[in-house]
Amino acid sequence: MNIYEQALNNRKGTWIIVGIFILFFLFVGVGFDFYFGLGSQVPIFTIVAFLFGAISSYASFRYGDKFILSSTHAKELDLNDPKQKQWQNVVEEMSIAAGIPLPKSYIIADDDPNAFATGPDPKNSSIVVTKGLLDTLNRDELQAVASHEMSHIRNFDIRLMLVLAVLVGAVALVSDWARRGLFRGSDRRSSRREGGGSAALIILVIWLVTVILAPILAQIMAMFVSRKREYLADASGAELTRNPLALASALEKIDSQAEPTRSINQGTAHLCICDPKGRAIGMKEGWSADLFATHPPIKKRIEALKQMAYVS
Amino acid sequence: MALWIVLAVLIILGIWLMTSYNGLVSLKNQALNGWKQIDVQLKRRHDLIPNLVETVKGAMKFEQTTLTQVIEARNRAIAAQGIAEKAAEENVLSGALRQLFALVENYPNLKSNENVSKLQEELVSTENRIGFARQFYNDIATKFNIAQQVFPTNIIVGMFGFKPAELFEVSDASERETPKVDLNLK
Repeated sequence: MNIYEQALNNRKGTWIIVGIFILFFLFVGVGFDFYFGLGSQVPIFTIVAFLFGAISSYASFRYGDKFILSSTHAKELDLNDPKQKQWQNVVEEMSIAAGIPLPKSYIIADDDPNAFATGPDPKNSSIVVTKGLLDTLNRDELQAVASHEMSHIRNFDIRLMLVLAVLVGAVALVSDWARRGLFRGSDRRSSRREGGGSAALIILVIWLVTVILAPILAQIMAMFVSRKREYLADASGAELTRNPLALASALEKIDSQAEPTRSINQGTAHLCICDPKGRAIGMKEGWSADLFATHPPIKKRIEALKQMAYVS
Repeated sequence: MALWIVLAVLIILGIWLMTSYNGLVSLKNQALNGWKQIDVQLKRRHDLIPNLVETVKGAMKFEQTTLTQVIEARNRAIAAQGIAEKAAEENVLSGALRQLFALVENYPNLKSNENVSKLQEELVSTENRIGFARQFYNDIATKFNIAQQVFPTNIIVGMFGFKPAELFEVSDASERETPKVDLNLK
């Protein structure tokens, strides 16, 4: 799959994901109305849940990147600092190579090396690095990291990831409300719908299980979507710099820093070049680690890059 | 009946003509745009060179020939016309600059000079930008040229006066290697 097909898939994928999430919100709302509607004929919870889903989807698209930037305390670059000026130059070089508008650059004052890109589309994108990344990597390696992020921007990974990040949070919130509402309203339900039949009970159980499992499923989906994209971003990044080994050595250096990136929280994890939780996950292989990891094991990525340079 | 078939064939032909023509026009404009990007970066380099020469001139009195070479190569590169000539002259300029930076290594006080290292970073970045802009332009230009040559589009290319785009090519073998300038500005 090339980068243009990937961009198309990502645009379609974003709509599919928004659709799935809105359906989920509707599902929660309908269940609420069915079991503890306020007695009126207006499906109030359904409407509220639908609006919540639609508004949070729109907001994630429109303001998600600003929210992420402020939650990670990202600051604009200081171009008088030689290292930051070099980073700005590297980003400009890669935007020329990728043929996309120049993304805005931000820095986080964190000593652990990491980087991510965000934004709704290539015209309104941002690239964020930690101070640790600039201190750890040399120019070629910085270029490799910039090219990786540039690929995420160019093929619209950033849009998909942005919407996903906010909606995963929204699902957790809604599911939490639904559960609490359920236990609080349970005594009313039993008095109102005495002997509703076993069918109603089964539906209730299915509804309940869905609501409880939804945040976990959403999380797994986010991880899955993100992991698949890392290899492609690595490969198309290397295609831009024509230097896969620089990215391999950048990943090695990032991996060798055991510290987790504290300023990047769980919701933003899948945006980063390397898992900010630290190397614990990156080292593990096997299905359970695969299921919950935001990134493929770093060793596999390095190996794939080395194969591109015929040195494996 | 026969009239309908003729009509259908004509419509299909018309649609094909339109899409091929529009595709070629779009590629041509992308190539032109890519070329402009190279030009912007070349100009950036031309503007940086006088600054660099001015900064190192004092310390490098004994390297007058190299400095003159850089200046002359720059002036020739500015005067160059057409893609092939520009590519050749810019090549010479890259070579002269590489030589200058190699010599700067011999002057510890220059190497530690903040202005010099700033200029060096800017020139290295410009060099990279030229390289990437060239890569981008050549990719698009190649796509444009292939689109003109494949059947059946090649039949109509002459009709509309499309010409193959010239690639910004590097003739000198040494230019193909990555310039070995120490970039660790830590």
